[in-house]
Amino acid sequence: MPINGKTSSANSRWMNSDGPDAGIVISSRIRIARNLAGVPFPHLLEPEKSMEVINEIKKALENKEAADLIGNMELTLMNDLSLLERQILVDKHLISLELLNNFQSRAAAIRDDEAVTVMINEEDHLRIQCLFSGLRLKEAWAVVNNIDDGLERTLDYAFSEKLGYLTSCPTNTGTGLRASVMLHLTGLKITNQLGGVFNAISKLGLTVRGLYGEGTEALGDLFQISNQITLGQSEDEIINNLISITKQLLAQEQESRQVLYRERREVIEDRVCRAYGILKCARILAMEETMRMLSDLRLGIELKIISGIQEKLINELIVKIRPAFLIKTAGQDMSKRKLDIARAGLIRKEFENGHIGH
Amino acid sequence: MFCEKCNQRPATVHIAEIINGQKQETHLCEICAKEIKIHGFGFFPQMNLNKFMAGLLNGDFNGSSYNQTGATGKVCEKCGVSEEQFANKGLLGCGECYPYFEEKMLPLLRRIHGNMRHVGKIPERKGGRARLVKEIEIAKRQLKEAVDHEEFELAAQLRDNIRQLEKSFEEGGEG
Repeated sequence: MPINGKTSSANSRWMNSDGPDAGIVISSRIRIARNLAGVPFPHLLEPEKSMEVINEIKKALENKEAADLIGNMELTLMNDLSLLERQILVDKHLISLELLNNFQSRAAAIRDDEAVTVMINEEDHLRIQCLFSGLRLKEAWAVVNNIDDGLERTLDYAFSEKLGYLTSCPTNTGTGLRASVMLHLTGLKITNQLGGVFNAISKLGLTVRGLYGEGTEALGDLFQISNQITLGQSEDEIINNLISITKQLLAQEQESRQVLYRERREVIEDRVCRAYGILKCARILAMEETMRMLSDLRLGIELKIISGIQEKLINELIVKIRPAFLIKTAGQDMSKRKLDIARAGLIRKEFENGHIGH
Repeated sequence: MFCEKCNQRPATVHIAEIINGQKQETHLCEICAKEIKIHGFGFFPQMNLNKFMAGLLNGDFNGSSYNQTGATGKVCEKCGVSEEQFANKGLLGCGECYPYFEEKMLPLLRRIHGNMRHVGKIPERKGGRARLVKEIEIAKRQLKEAVDHEEFELAAQLRDNIRQLEKSFEEGGEG
C-alpha cells in the first residue's frame, strides 16, 4: 500500500484488538536504535551526507538475500509528506515525534501491514520498531531482531564489545532497546490507586508516559510503560521484566474493575451510559472530554454494559478524532470550535449501531 | 459553557495558547484550572530528556550543573564534537566519541543504567571476538548441564566444540 493509503485510513493492524489481553493491554511495541560505523550521528550530518545514509540503508532494506528476514518495506522521504500526513503517521504511532518536527533528509520505511517501521536519520541512523495488538512483546522482538539481522548482513553497525550498540544518546547505549506497552488503567484510576502503582513501577527501572510518549499527557487513562535501562541487561531480561510487570498491572486492573462492578455497580453503569449518551448525542466535543468518554465506554464494553461496539473502533477513533485526521477528512484547516463540532459529528455517525446491553 | 475537564461546573477560566501560530482555547472551571496549575499537566512544557541529560553531563564534566568552565576542551577526532557540545546537547557525535570521552562516559553510563557492560545481542558480522566469547560461555553452560544429566556423549561433543572455539579465539579469529 502506498503511503497515501497509510495516511487516509485511520486503521493499523495493532488497533484490531486481536492480541492477548488487548482489552487492557492495547498494544506492545519494541524499538531498537542502531548506527552506522564511522558515520557521524544524524544531528551532525549535512543534508547531502544524510541522503547517502538513507540510500545506504535503502539498499540494505532491498537486499534480496535478506528479503526473508526483512519483508516488503516501502521507503518514503519525510520531505515528500505534508505536515498533516506526518502528523497522522505520528497519531497512528507509525513514526516518532522527532520525524514530525525534523523532516529534512529523513525517511521511514513502513511495512504493508503497518506493524513495522524503520526510521532513518531520527536521533540515530536507524530506529526499527514493531507494534502489535495486546501483550505480544516477545513476538515483536522476534520481528525486530530478524530485520536487524537482515540489515546487518550488509550494514556495518557502530558496536563496541564492552558497551554494545553505540547510540547518539547515552540513555540508549547497550541494547538500544526500548520495550513498551500501552495500558488502559481506568479501574486503577477510578479507585485512586495509580499514584501508588506508578511509584512502584519507577522503582523497578521502568517509566510511565502518556499516550504519545515523552512530554505528552495521559489522555483517556492510557499509559505507556517502558524500560529505562538498556545497558547491563540482555534483550530477553528487559522484555521478560516488562512482561511480568505488565501481567501484575493487568491483574490489578482487572481486580479493581471487578471490585468496582461488584460494589458500585449502579455508579459504574451510570458512568458508562452517561459517557455513551454524551458521545452519541453531543454536538461539540473537545479532545480531552472525548478521550475521557471513550475511556469510560471502553470500560463499559469490557464489562459488557455496552454491546454492538468493537474495541477496534475505539482504537481507530483515538486517531480519527485528533485534529490532523479531522482536518484531512474535511480537506481544510479548522478552528478549535469547528474541530470540536466535526469531532462530535464523526462520533455520532460511528455510534449509530451501538446499544446498551441491558 | 461547561468546563472541558470535569464537564460539571460552568467554565469561568479561559486559557488561550498560541502554538506555532495556531490559537488554542481551553475553557475550564476554577477548580479544574487550579488543579492543572498545581500539577502542570498539559499546559506547561514537560521536562526535556536531552536537556536533563545535558545537566548530568555538565555535572560530570565540570563538577556543577550548567557550568561551562573547567572542561578539558577535548574534541573527538573523528567527528569534531567537543566535550562542551556533548554536555550542552546531551548527544554524542559518533561511535568514536565513546572511546574519546570514555573517562567521562563510563561514570555517566553507570549513573543512567547502573551498569557499564553490555550483555545483550552481538551483531553477527561485526561482533567478532565478543561473539566468540559469548559462544564459549554458552557452550560451557551446556557442557555443565550435559554432565549434570550424565549425557556424556553430548558432553564430549560440546567439549570438542569449546576447544575449537577457544583455539580460534587464541588465534585472534572471528569465528
